[in-house]
Amino acid sequence: MSGAVVDPAAPLTPTGNLRRRRVFSRVAEFGATGAALFAVAVLGIVIYTVVVRGASALSFEFLVTGAPTGIAPALVGTALIVAVATAIAMPLGVMAAIFVTEFAGNRVAGVSKLTLDLINGLPSIIIGVFIFGLLVANRTQSGFAGAIALAIIELPLIARGAQEVLLLVPNNLREAADALGVARWRTVLGVILPSALGGILTSTVLAVARAAGETAPLLLVSSVFDGKEVLLNMSEAMPNVPVRIFQLSEEANPEGFAQAWGMSLVLVSFILFASLGARAMHARSRRKMSS
Amino acid sequence: MSDPGAPSRVRIQNGSLPNPAGAASNGAARRELGLDAVFDVSDVSVFYGAKKALSSVSLRIPRSRITALIGPSGCGKSTFIRSLNRMNDSVPAFKLEGQVLYHGHDLYASNVDEVEVRRRIGMVFQKPNPFPKSIYDNVAWAPRNLGLKHELDERVEQALRGAALWDEVKDRLKDSALGLSGGQQQRLCIARAIAIEADVLLLDEPASALDPIATASIEELMHSLKGRFTIVIVTHNMQQAARVADKTAFFGLDASTGEPAGTLIEYADTETIFNQPADPRTRDYVTGRFG
Repeated sequence: MSGAVVDPAAPLTPTGNLRRRRVFSRVAEFGATGAALFAVAVLGIVIYTVVVRGASALSFEFLVTGAPTGIAPALVGTALIVAVATAIAMPLGVMAAIFVTEFAGNRVAGVSKLTLDLINGLPSIIIGVFIFGLLVANRTQSGFAGAIALAIIELPLIARGAQEVLLLVPNNLREAADALGVARWRTVLGVILPSALGGILTSTVLAVARAAGETAPLLLVSSVFDGKEVLLNMSEAMPNVPVRIFQLSEEANPEGFAQAWGMSLVLVSFILFASLGARAMHARSRRKMSS
Repeated sequence: MSDPGAPSRVRIQNGSLPNPAGAASNGAARRELGLDAVFDVSDVSVFYGAKKALSSVSLRIPRSRITALIGPSGCGKSTFIRSLNRMNDSVPAFKLEGQVLYHGHDLYASNVDEVEVRRRIGMVFQKPNPFPKSIYDNVAWAPRNLGLKHELDERVEQALRGAALWDEVKDRLKDSALGLSGGQQQRLCIARAIAIEADVLLLDEPASALDPIATASIEELMHSLKGRFTIVIVTHNMQQAARVADKTAFFGLDASTGEPAGTLIEYADTETIFNQPADPRTRDYVTGRFG
């Protein structure tokens, strides 16, 4: 008992087990800091490696010619596939988000959100196999099938992102519009969507960045091509960046490796700039809404 | 104030009032007496889930007059005023018993559309809630959506003049409404309701977030709107009620039936409420002895 009583007049230096607790706290703090640094380091090492190995392959010719000297067909193919995927996923995603925040009751909204999260958690290879079975088996590979697979990947990202910004739109704007006798859908179009537009575009850009790098579904539904020419017909297999990187890395050809690194650099740069740009845009629209 | 007869509680007055259908036939004479009722509320109780918020309120709100609802916080004033244009419908588990007649029509009948209700019965909220649009578009948005596109510029000007805001904003109609001061924003919200030619203006503590000068301008505005509109105002400020209102309803807590719920204690001409209240609770409140 006497040990528990502290003499109030004693010097204010660590005593007893406080020293041990101090050491323990320090160790935990270092561990957490180290883990955070490690995560940053992983990104740094990946980017560094891609830049060092890929920079030598980059040239104007590399970007505008077909195989064996360049990657233009893959760039055009990916741009087309992702564009069509986004054209499908964005309206659906935004409408789904509007449904959840503006029209659905609590329980239905909960189920909708859970569903979107589950789709988001689906391994992309599963989506690939599904689209393969649905659109490719017994037919032919096509850019269109690839676009639909990527649309499924983009949908939950856009819908959940849009939901978040729609919830940020102050409720008193909805009340103001209600009190003027304007139907809810008009309010959504005239007041709510314009306020949330910045955030919706942001989540779309993030979804595009994610879809541009998805490989697994495209391996199954759009991988049979030689990469020599730019193809614009979406009803046939189209060259695309991730699958082309995969093909070149598989071949026993040092020049192909260099090209694969070069393509990786192009892809990583696009994703990085798109993500950072989207975040900056998001921060701006948040500020605008709160002012 | 133009009502004849000795100070009396409105229930007694109500006994001598003709029904609304009868009032329509000789409306002019009734209006002169200020007896023509826009709202005829009988025995209204409001529940949020199991909680009773408002208990058995009956009153008649006269046309083209200002009716003030006063009383301490939490006694159902806002609940009551929001029940007059069905703004509570969006509150989960909201339930209303009794009858609210608006020009003789049951506001809560199954064939009544709440959007149409709010188009005729406008509302201005405690916190100004302009849309993040230009001053012009704030006023023009609802008329545009309601198909009142003819001579929209004149409509906007008339509404802004009606809200005593025109001279302050006529040179910057394209500027954002968010740049206006709080008092100007609140008058802009009133202009929005005028622009759709609402019949009734419900004001839920419209000046409580404003400084005294802005408050004075709102009160002045209410005097100028009297006659064109039927106005119902919730206020915490008794001097404000005394200055602007023709009729005053005092709400208080009624603990007689178990769980305390807000209820109407006394309703009469403003002069009567402040000078010769019939109920001791009203007297205590208006003389500042409680609340």
